[in-house]
Amino acid sequence: MTSAVSFQKVSRHFGSVRAVDAVDLDIVPGEFFAMLGPSGSGKTTCLRLIAGFEQPTSGSISIFGERAEGVPPYRRNVNTVFQDYALFPHLNVLDNVAYGLMVKGVGKAERQKAAEEALSLVRLPGYGARRPGQLSGGQRQRVALARALVNQPKVLLLDEPLGALDLKLRENMQEELKSLQKALGITFIFVTHDQGEALSMADRVAVFNDGKIMQIGTPEDIYQRPKTRFVADFVGSSNVLPPDFVQRYSGQHRWGSLRPESIRIGRAAKGEGVAARLVGTNYLGATTKLALDAEGLRLHAIVPAGTKLPAEGEAVVLTFNREHLHLMDEPA
Amino acid sequence: MTIAALNSTSAPAILPGSGGMRGALSDLFWRKPQLLLFLMLAPPVLWLGIVYIGSLFALLAQSFFSIDEYSGLINHEFTLKTYGDLFRPANLDIIVRTVTMAVLVTLASAIIAFPIAYYAARYARGRWKALFYLGVMLPLWSSYLVKIYAWKLILAKEGILTWLLAKLHLLWVLDGWLSLPVVGGNSLSVSATGTFIAFVYVWLPFMILPVQAALERVPGNLVEASSDLGASPGQTFRNVLFPLALPGIVAGSIFTFSLTLGDYIIPQIIGTSRLFIGQAVYSQQGTAGNIPLAAAFTVVPIVIMGFYLWGAKRMGAFDAL
Repeated sequence: MTSAVSFQKVSRHFGSVRAVDAVDLDIVPGEFFAMLGPSGSGKTTCLRLIAGFEQPTSGSISIFGERAEGVPPYRRNVNTVFQDYALFPHLNVLDNVAYGLMVKGVGKAERQKAAEEALSLVRLPGYGARRPGQLSGGQRQRVALARALVNQPKVLLLDEPLGALDLKLRENMQEELKSLQKALGITFIFVTHDQGEALSMADRVAVFNDGKIMQIGTPEDIYQRPKTRFVADFVGSSNVLPPDFVQRYSGQHRWGSLRPESIRIGRAAKGEGVAARLVGTNYLGATTKLALDAEGLRLHAIVPAGTKLPAEGEAVVLTFNREHLHLMDEPA
Repeated sequence: MTIAALNSTSAPAILPGSGGMRGALSDLFWRKPQLLLFLMLAPPVLWLGIVYIGSLFALLAQSFFSIDEYSGLINHEFTLKTYGDLFRPANLDIIVRTVTMAVLVTLASAIIAFPIAYYAARYARGRWKALFYLGVMLPLWSSYLVKIYAWKLILAKEGILTWLLAKLHLLWVLDGWLSLPVVGGNSLSVSATGTFIAFVYVWLPFMILPVQAALERVPGNLVEASSDLGASPGQTFRNVLFPLALPGIVAGSIFTFSLTLGDYIIPQIIGTSRLFIGQAVYSQQGTAGNIPLAAAFTVVPIVIMGFYLWGAKRMGAFDAL
């Protein structure tokens, strides 16, 4: 099967900066794909390479089997939802949404009908006469989405589309985007620095760092079985355990990852485990995050709210299920 | 700094008293900000109201008087006769010529200014941007008269332009153009074309700067969004860049248009003997001593600019501001 988007050894260098460095990537048609990484990791540049705003320094990109190098953005059946929406301030909402059809020469009545339909799809029917400046952030986000979807793109690119929204709105939009993608069956490529967003929405996630892909996999793969220390730490702030420590518990001299929620806390007097001291507690509502010091090794544990906790500074014993200690590929 | 160090310094008073006259004055202004605003605004508003607007109204009042054609004395009675005089063929000719020139100068300035402004707003950074500002502003710092006489020399029959065209064997183009009626003449420096070139040169910076400021405010991602949605560069220009730059073009055209309407030096030095509004005002109030007609002539650009701004507003030129 042809990939929706395929990168072969794609690099994009800006002077001496390697924004994207020899990336190989295959995105399956119809999947919800997330590009996750800290700022400056190259994920947005990858998106811009697909949109056509950037050209690769080397390597080749194909979109549904067609070579994309040298093809300008306006001849790609790919649409983008921009980070700050990029709505045209001099056009009303309906004309914004109909813009793509207008430049393609679709008649006025027809394109306005299509734009109305796209607006109802994003649950903004009847907002056509307003100006973008009169809308809230969440509404602008929906208009930007409608403006892209009205062109029926083969691939929809979303560049941190929820970054500017407040928490509640963001959670609603995550669910909506997910169900919209299911209903339309369009390939969504979603760039985010928020690991929670990537894990909850995507079918597959690529974790970026320093212009390279560190790991590609399902959210569960990425979360439970990180391959490198970077992925373990960036996705879900896992406890990265040094090889010497891991050897004591698994017999193998390799880096390990232990999720904070896998650690159990016991009184120092009782039973076996890792001797540690409770350094601090951080109340998070549903859970409490504990900072622990195990002979110089900083660890975090997450316990459900309401758990009886030792006082700060008290000695404790940490236990965990051996299966939860994940050994990483990264060489020791 | 440690907490101990903070505590060791002698504790200052929580609400120390104001220090002397100046302190008391600052406190007064802080409590009554309107007083400060009034004191700051009063001198410029008085200047603007009395000296600036006042003199303008005094001038306008003159246009409702008339001149006694036999004695040459001004008859201080309200009449519209002077305005009627404006519609005499000789005077109407002056108005039409000036407005046509202003329109052409404005269009040419806009067409030349846009690419320069676009480059400066989109691509020029750091040193190149400084060079752009210098290049645009430098002509404004030098004497207006020197620039115009320089152009007279450039455009003269013995000037560098004729020499250059002769070297390029293109003199026939210039001769052909100069043989045309209205725009032509003996040489460029005594033709309407020469006047046009000098006008465009002198007012161009007033068009470039507002257009550049308008383009600077257009976020780059709007151009990308347009392209992403399938618009070719030409379509992006027509549908996004031009509408968003329009307020800047209108702002610039207010300068180029009104400055051309009122100028009397350029057409006097470079051009034909046919008059422009500015020259008509100059000669009516000077040699002819007909202040009412001179005043009526000055009202013409004001009225035209009023209609122009009204039309621009109706076109939506200020909507994107």
